[in-house]
Amino acid sequence: MELLEQPAEVLEEFAAGDLNAFESLFRQHQGEVYGWIVRIVRDPVAAEDLTIETFWRIHRGHARFDPRRSFGAWARRIATNVAIDFLKSARLREVPLDQDPPAESHSTRDAANPAIQREVRERAQLAFNQLPAKLRAVATLSLIENVPHHEIGEALNLSTAAVKSRLFRAIRMLRKKLANLDTSHD
Amino acid sequence: MTEQDHKKIADLLKQTLSPVNPEPSRDLWSAMLRRLEQRPATKSWLAVMFSPASLASVPWFDWALLAALIIGLCIYPKSIPVWLYHF
Repeated sequence: MELLEQPAEVLEEFAAGDLNAFESLFRQHQGEVYGWIVRIVRDPVAAEDLTIETFWRIHRGHARFDPRRSFGAWARRIATNVAIDFLKSARLREVPLDQDPPAESHSTRDAANPAIQREVRERAQLAFNQLPAKLRAVATLSLIENVPHHEIGEALNLSTAAVKSRLFRAIRMLRKKLANLDTSHD
Repeated sequence: MTEQDHKKIADLLKQTLSPVNPEPSRDLWSAMLRRLEQRPATKSWLAVMFSPASLASVPWFDWALLAALIIGLCIYPKSIPVWLYHF
């Protein structure tokens, strides 16, 4: 995703607390921030609220912003934290930590059965929702959205190696939870 | 874990999770203005610190350390002045 940049004066005015500069930055970046958040949380309604929350934090933190640095990268880091906080709270609300479906083995011969396929997807969804929020964010961005590791690292303030490590842990947890499923069902 | 496993998991997730539209359905500036006009919530630091969300975000080993400290103080109450001196 391309980070949009804007004139230094706007950034300096924003850092000084100017509301018009904030509006200008909001209008320029709302789509990008929303797009980033919705790719992590995968819920358009929640993503709109979280976009507002992100810009609220940006507005509150204007004095900490260094106008020489990229506003887009800063906004994305805040958006990522907001999205991960949401995933943490959603996970606590919706998915009991010990909720595991009964282990059943499905062979390749069952793969064509729509009911089995539906069950496979439901279990994959459940396993995915049970991932810790930080791993889930990395897994979503990397496995589903194909965001490059370095870009994920910038958003999460992590090294590329740390992103790969989180991705490895996420895949290992998913594999463990889906161990009895034949994932080559398509 | 092979590259093939990696791809299988990625394919399964792509089939399971529906694609999302990366564009917002409306301009969010009016909602932002409403948020800016709201009075900031006046929560005390205690309420924030001990809110369920804050407590839930504390790692388990921090709770284990706290429990060990409390148990230690109960067993060796004479060590309390030493702790107070260091803090």
